[in-house]
Amino acid sequence: MIVTRGLTKRYGSVLAVDAVDLNVRPGDRYGFLGPNGSGKTTLVRMLLGLVYATSGSIEVLDQRMPRGGGEVLPQIGAMVEGPAAYPHLSGRKNLSLLDASGPGGSRRTRRARVEEALAQVGLSGIDRRPVKAYSLGMRQRLGLAAALLRKPRLLILDEPTNGLDPKGIREIRDLLIELNRAGTTVFLSSHLLSEVEQLCTRVGIVDRGRLVLEEELDTVRGATGLIELRSPDAADVASLLNGQLVTRDGENLVIRHEDPAALNTQLVAAGLRVSAITEQRRTLEQVVLEVTGAGSDRVDAS
Amino acid sequence: MIAVELHKLVLRPRIWVNILLLCALPIIVGVFLKTADFAPPPGQGGAFLSAVRGNGLLFPAAALALVLPIFLPLSVAVVAGDSIAGEAVGGTLRYLLIRPVGRTRLLVAKIIALVAFVLLAIACVVVSSLIVGIILFGTGTSAAGGAAAGAATSLSGVSLTHTQLTVRLLYSIGYIVVAMIGFGAIGLFLSTLTSSSLGAALGALSILITSAVLQTLDAAAAVRPYLPTNYWLSWVDFFRDPVFWDSIDKGLLLQAGYVAVFFGAAWANLATKDITS
Repeated sequence: MIVTRGLTKRYGSVLAVDAVDLNVRPGDRYGFLGPNGSGKTTLVRMLLGLVYATSGSIEVLDQRMPRGGGEVLPQIGAMVEGPAAYPHLSGRKNLSLLDASGPGGSRRTRRARVEEALAQVGLSGIDRRPVKAYSLGMRQRLGLAAALLRKPRLLILDEPTNGLDPKGIREIRDLLIELNRAGTTVFLSSHLLSEVEQLCTRVGIVDRGRLVLEEELDTVRGATGLIELRSPDAADVASLLNGQLVTRDGENLVIRHEDPAALNTQLVAAGLRVSAITEQRRTLEQVVLEVTGAGSDRVDAS
Repeated sequence: MIAVELHKLVLRPRIWVNILLLCALPIIVGVFLKTADFAPPPGQGGAFLSAVRGNGLLFPAAALALVLPIFLPLSVAVVAGDSIAGEAVGGTLRYLLIRPVGRTRLLVAKIIALVAFVLLAIACVVVSSLIVGIILFGTGTSAAGGAAAGAATSLSGVSLTHTQLTVRLLYSIGYIVVAMIGFGAIGLFLSTLTSSSLGAALGALSILITSAVLQTLDAAAAVRPYLPTNYWLSWVDFFRDPVFWDSIDKGLLLQAGYVAVFFGAAWANLATKDITS
């Protein structure tokens, strides 16, 4: 879906994106993570042909960008750095002007397209108020509706849930998962780990312009070789598994062990009660903190 | 895209406020002329003003002479300066480009919308001042000057018929439109350079002011024929008899040059620019 090779963007002496080889496969829900100022937005803009690469190549939907933009872009829905609309016009008018601006779709079905996109993002009831009267969340939904307007094969979204309340975030997540099941590839750029963790199947992590990790989320969040256990007989468990005990806090224990099922059997056989047992996995946060440095918004004296 | 740009143009309240203000200036002047008992001596307060009292049909020409030096270019600078920079600062530029609207196509649509604005603004000024002129000063039939019924007097003193007057007024409008497009091209180019509409508009206005200052400076006589404002008032020559074509031709040629250079520069800049707004 998206393949870049050696993609580099230099602004004067600043290397914003440095030899990135990105590979987003059809059907992915791809989470693109990185600290502030790590080059996420510049890369997204290059994918869309807004910013020209200094060197390297970009292929989106099997066509070279930005040269193939005329064919590629109509199949992409995107939100880059927040939504934008003409503030003195209504949401509907904004969408229908946007629809009329580019190629494809007849004028007769425009109204239906606009209404469908509005319904998808939960704005079907909006009135004729101008966009300047909208709340942040409504603007965000309107931006999403604009991205969905052309029924894209690929969605490129930068912080799509910014400004939404928890319920709104959940709605958008469900919508994206549903679209993905129907065949839309989703590329989500964000610095919100929880958002990526709950939505994505693959992640790419960028730090200071370089892609430092690109992996299936399940692989990233691999087992740590530890098991978290809760037991009313914690003291007895601790003495039974003396050598394997890592920490103990009241009824909660962390034990070095590969297989929770085997451990459970062992404890039950010894007559010890187990109220909870899970395999400990690395969190995305741990992984991100491991592979990235401080964001560029932190400026320390050197 | 062109239709969308025109649609956006007429949907903007500020465009209509702009035009309303443009129409208001000649009306205010007209009311003062009417209430005062004396005609302004020829040469005071803009071309045609002294003739207007005798014939309201000349008022559109007087109105154009009133708005042309500052008011009209001001409006054009605001609209031209806003054309790309306004989209950039609102963030809508990036969404238009990924819709996708080709950069050249977008620029062409913006230019056409700018031309449409100039036409619309001038048409409104002409129509409103014609109505006001007829109401305030009549059509010249009751004029005391002794001229034939329905006739106006050209600047050279020869009488003009209604048809002649209309044709010459239309020529003038055409000439002013061309002059404003030449100036608008500068504003549009500046609008592709910055993401501040105000900056682009002020930039265009400062060029206008510089040009107007140099025009009166004899030391700058060498560059005078190339100043954008130099031939702006040459449309007055349409009201001479016979029409004095020399500076009109030069003016059209000069504006064509400005249009070509600055639209070209705007295109070259926008087509190769990184859109980071």
